[in-house]
Amino acid sequence: MTAVLRLENITKRFGSLVANDSVSLSLARGEVLALLGENGAGKTTLMNILFGHYVADEGRVEVEGKPLLPGAPHAAIAAGVGMVHQHFTLADNLTVLDNVVLGTESLWRPWQNRAAARNRLDTMSSEFGLTVDPDARVGDLSVGERQRVEILKALYRDARILIMDEPTAVLTPQETEVLFDTLRRLVERGLSIIFISHKLNEILAISDRVMVLRRGKIVHEMPTSGADRHILAEAMVGHTVTRPKAESMVSGAPVLAMQDVSLRAPTSGVALDHVNLVVHAHEVVGIAGVSGNGQVQLAELISGLCRAESGSMTLFGETIANPTPAKVVKLGVGRIPEDRHAEGVIGEMSIWENMISEDLRALPISRRGLIDHAAARARTEAQIERFDVRCPGPDAETRLLSGGNMQKLILARALSREPGLVLANQPARGLDEGAIAYVHGQLLAARERGAGVLLITEDLEELLALSDRVAVIYQGRLSATLDAKTVTPRQLGLMMAGHDPSEEQTGSGGAAA
Amino acid sequence: MDILEILLTTGFWAATLRIATPLIFGTLGELICERAGVLNLGIEGIMTMGAMAGWMWVYQGGDLWGGLAFAAFIGMLFGLLHSGFTVYLGLSQHVTGIGITLLASSLSYFVFRMLLPDATTPPKIEPFQPYAVPLLSDLPVLGPSVFTQTPMTYLALICVVVIWYGLNRTPVGLAVRMAGEHPLAVEAQGIDVLAVRTGAVMVGSALMSVGGAFLTMSAFDAFYFGMVNGRGWICVALVIFASWRPGKALLGALLFAGIDALQVRVQQVSGAAIPYQFFLMAPYVLSILAMVVMARRAAYPKALLAPFRRGDRA
Repeated sequence: MTAVLRLENITKRFGSLVANDSVSLSLARGEVLALLGENGAGKTTLMNILFGHYVADEGRVEVEGKPLLPGAPHAAIAAGVGMVHQHFTLADNLTVLDNVVLGTESLWRPWQNRAAARNRLDTMSSEFGLTVDPDARVGDLSVGERQRVEILKALYRDARILIMDEPTAVLTPQETEVLFDTLRRLVERGLSIIFISHKLNEILAISDRVMVLRRGKIVHEMPTSGADRHILAEAMVGHTVTRPKAESMVSGAPVLAMQDVSLRAPTSGVALDHVNLVVHAHEVVGIAGVSGNGQVQLAELISGLCRAESGSMTLFGETIANPTPAKVVKLGVGRIPEDRHAEGVIGEMSIWENMISEDLRALPISRRGLIDHAAARARTEAQIERFDVRCPGPDAETRLLSGGNMQKLILARALSREPGLVLANQPARGLDEGAIAYVHGQLLAARERGAGVLLITEDLEELLALSDRVAVIYQGRLSATLDAKTVTPRQLGLMMAGHDPSEEQTGSGGAAA
Repeated sequence: MDILEILLTTGFWAATLRIATPLIFGTLGELICERAGVLNLGIEGIMTMGAMAGWMWVYQGGDLWGGLAFAAFIGMLFGLLHSGFTVYLGLSQHVTGIGITLLASSLSYFVFRMLLPDATTPPKIEPFQPYAVPLLSDLPVLGPSVFTQTPMTYLALICVVVIWYGLNRTPVGLAVRMAGEHPLAVEAQGIDVLAVRTGAVMVGSALMSVGGAFLTMSAFDAFYFGMVNGRGWICVALVIFASWRPGKALLGALLFAGIDALQVRVQQVSGAAIPYQFFLMAPYVLSILAMVVMARRAAYPKALLAPFRRGDRA
């Protein structure tokens, strides 16, 4: 096999951080090379150098034996490199066709040949099985369809090398299957693919060869046929990490009960539609679903950020008609919000200010309407110690923490008051293996202590590892809960895509209420 | 004479088009800037500058079309200044824009005084004269109103079509729209986002400047202090009213101008029953109402106000 792409000794620094440290790799024709690594390992930086978004400090890139002009996306495109970014580079307000043809015509030609462009796009759609309506507004497409547009965009430019940056992060298991079929079809036609991911099972399923990147260095390289989960996980993290698993436990009294709760979202139009849900003490209830199906509304309701239009909600046996954040916190709800940067912490404020932000009205933090700095600092220092938040000290700016440490801060704030109900919304999103294991351990410890945990997640592996019972939310409707021990990821995937589970269901249903 | 009768007079329609012309230029100019992702609040000052520059060119002996080109050129320079700060340095578009307005307005008065220190009554030039379009100007009502305007009004109408076509049917227009929606996508296609945005801001500013020049070279024949009188801000509002579409921009400008033309005439017939200030207010009040209705569905360019820096870590 001949190498279509060769990266030699690429080094890239951001200030004192070495994002890529003398990385070399080569890619053969018709090969799927997986690039595996944790967040911050330098995978995306490396690909951005290849595609010309960044200029490497050292090293060179060769495509088909010819050196590639650094820092110039147009040179990369001309050489046949196509990139499907993790965050799509599509304009929502424009049509599929507009998004695809941008940059393929000479900028100063006074007209566009839209008919020819449409024909070409149609041909490619049917040839590669990537059906999508060229006149649809991108904003109206599903995530899977948008990814198809991104792939078409690259193919439209005659890409021979396709870089897929965490392509499955936003897909359901079924959409992932479809994507893998597409990728296999592309490889049959002689394309070469670099597939970036931190999900081991996907890498094992799709790639021919795998390279593991850790702290900017290639630490491991092997054919996928000789790899297994343990080898890859250890290479990626650098030491053995095992995620904790829930052990069976007898559940207690209900801590949260929702009956027939309905609610309309003011802007997005997504609603909660007659939701029934019970969470008991000593129990983790997992809610699966593709994002945007009502999870936000469910979480806001329990956090006290909005109120139901109909139905009733009971916390610890007390009916809550007008929930407010202060009220639910006082009752004993610990909240781990979905987006830790936007809702979890205030990045510009110090760690101690964030740590005490739920205790502003109560002793010992608040004394005669003033903040007792000594008490606040003492508590923060104790929490930093207990939850192992790696930081320079209580006065450090919170935004400077890594994702994992920021999440530990939020866990410390939510869990140290020993809440009876823990609302964990995507608690491990974007974290690396070590931090995920820590977060999972803390959630299970809360369950052990007697809390009920409501876990909202898109990650089925996480869901099944932690939950006692699971339910799927789809277009605001919550399914009956299923036993987490018997339900399969495939069933959940189908339910997440809106299919009726009853046809395939083998587990016991309706254990709620 | 009641309102219906006013609506049937040629004078009303002629006035509407005349009042609309600078708004059409200004709104189109602002629209191009914003489609590329750059808010240009320099518009009020750039219009003042255009009014002064175009007029001065003619007063110093240049011809009218030369004056128009000169005004456009000066507008481009201020556009370049604005994009230097907002596009290349990524500074606040609001603050820079207001700064440009202050600078350009003051500079135009300063230059006017420098060149004509002794003028007491504002000196006059020979402005553009109405041009009756052959055949079409013989139509009833429409003929003497729509088709007997100065060339600059026709130019404004042509600009609407040209800019619609340019934005929606040419590769460079697509690049401009994409730069205002998702600059990284433009960059990822190997097109220089900063150049696209700068170009759009310069063209847009040229149009604003020409809109200002209309005031001194077509509507009137002299340059007064404060003569732009908030028209630039109206254009900023009209862009939102128009949902960033050139066709709707024309509609919005005509609507605003129509109400303005109407209130002057109603004022004359209503006598002293209602204080005249209420009539002066009418166009603004109605444009606020129209905006409330129209702007609800408006799809903002997603990257409006967001500076783009190459190689930033996401």
